[in-house]
Amino acid sequence: MMPTAKLRSIAVLGMLTAVWAPSALAHVLQGEAYGFVTGFLHPISGADHVLAMVAVGLWGAQLGAPAIWVLPVAFPLVMAMGGMLGFLGVPLPGVEYGIAASAIVLGAAVAFEARPSLVIAALVVGCFALFHGHAHGTELPPGQSALLYSMGFVIATGCLHAVGIGIGTVHRRPWGRQLLRVAGTVVAAGGIFFMWQAVA
Amino acid sequence: MTRSSTLRLRAGIVAMLVFASGCGPAEAHLNATGMGPIYDGLVHFLTSPEDLVPALALGLLAGLRGAPYGRRAMFTLPAAWLLGSLFGLSAALVSAGTLWASLWFMLLGGLVVADAKLSLRSVTALSALLGIVHGYLNGTGMGFSPQSVVATLGLAAAVFVLVVLVAALVVQLRAQWGRIAVRVGGSWIAASGLLMLGWFIRG
Repeated sequence: MMPTAKLRSIAVLGMLTAVWAPSALAHVLQGEAYGFVTGFLHPISGADHVLAMVAVGLWGAQLGAPAIWVLPVAFPLVMAMGGMLGFLGVPLPGVEYGIAASAIVLGAAVAFEARPSLVIAALVVGCFALFHGHAHGTELPPGQSALLYSMGFVIATGCLHAVGIGIGTVHRRPWGRQLLRVAGTVVAAGGIFFMWQAVA
Repeated sequence: MTRSSTLRLRAGIVAMLVFASGCGPAEAHLNATGMGPIYDGLVHFLTSPEDLVPALALGLLAGLRGAPYGRRAMFTLPAAWLLGSLFGLSAALVSAGTLWASLWFMLLGGLVVADAKLSLRSVTALSALLGIVHGYLNGTGMGFSPQSVVATLGLAAAVFVLVVLVAALVVQLRAQWGRIAVRVGGSWIAASGLLMLGWFIRG
């Protein structure tokens, strides 16, 4: 047990420190950290977004180089264009259907090990990214830091792709290929569920 | 320990906690670090993503191109930044910082993604232009005073350290995946710039 005198002096020292503590000079700008966290959490807080973005990584890993990095590069760039349309209030019809369809199509591509050309694969991914970006842009909470919110959600999207790629690397093993196909089926099933929800 | 001393100690701890919890709200800016203008400038740069990220992107671009490019950028960018801020100190405040930042994000991020084979002269020109523009914007925000002149030195020092570290890190990457990761980082920067542009246009 700590000696009483030592304990007392620690308590007194603590009190003195608390009494003389100067004002905290800590903030960068109001709402900045909030903006980054909100932006980062936005893509990972919706299962429909998560499924589609992980599926991009899975498909990229399945297709191998250069698709393994071209798809995760194409997605955030086109998603940002969609986000810009959303910010500007430019309507995009059927956003919810597009997002659900992205999970179905990308999941099916992984499940059936579809191997289109790189251009087609990038176009498919880019087309769906537009819907995801638009949803992010229109659902933007008010009072956020534009820059940090944008960076947060782009980084979160990239991290989801990285998770997909990480999981997708199992395709090099014999059992891994089957596992990936099962994962693709799960993503597609999730997409069907979200489509059903959007239609109902 | 006797019962009475234990009670006193507890009361003391409770009093300490009450004092600690009674702190007023933080109402400050990192421009005022309390460590002098050099550190104010340094910390301002490191906590301002609209300045930090374009400089980071330039470091990535120079690093991808190789050591001579990195060496050129690490001197050109901070020198131009210092010059720009000194010019900006006596100029009127410019409110187009977000627009400039988003344009630089898109341009430099795009060049990193494309792994653009720029000449040494082009990288030098880009470094100089980036430094002048962002330094000028920083300078107009600070306003002229003896402290702000010294703060610009801190700014330039921070830019120098960042470019040196980033370019050196990228230059020594030999594995293909390492360079690809840098290019993917460039796409994130470009995408963030696009979004910021949308935000700026919306107003």
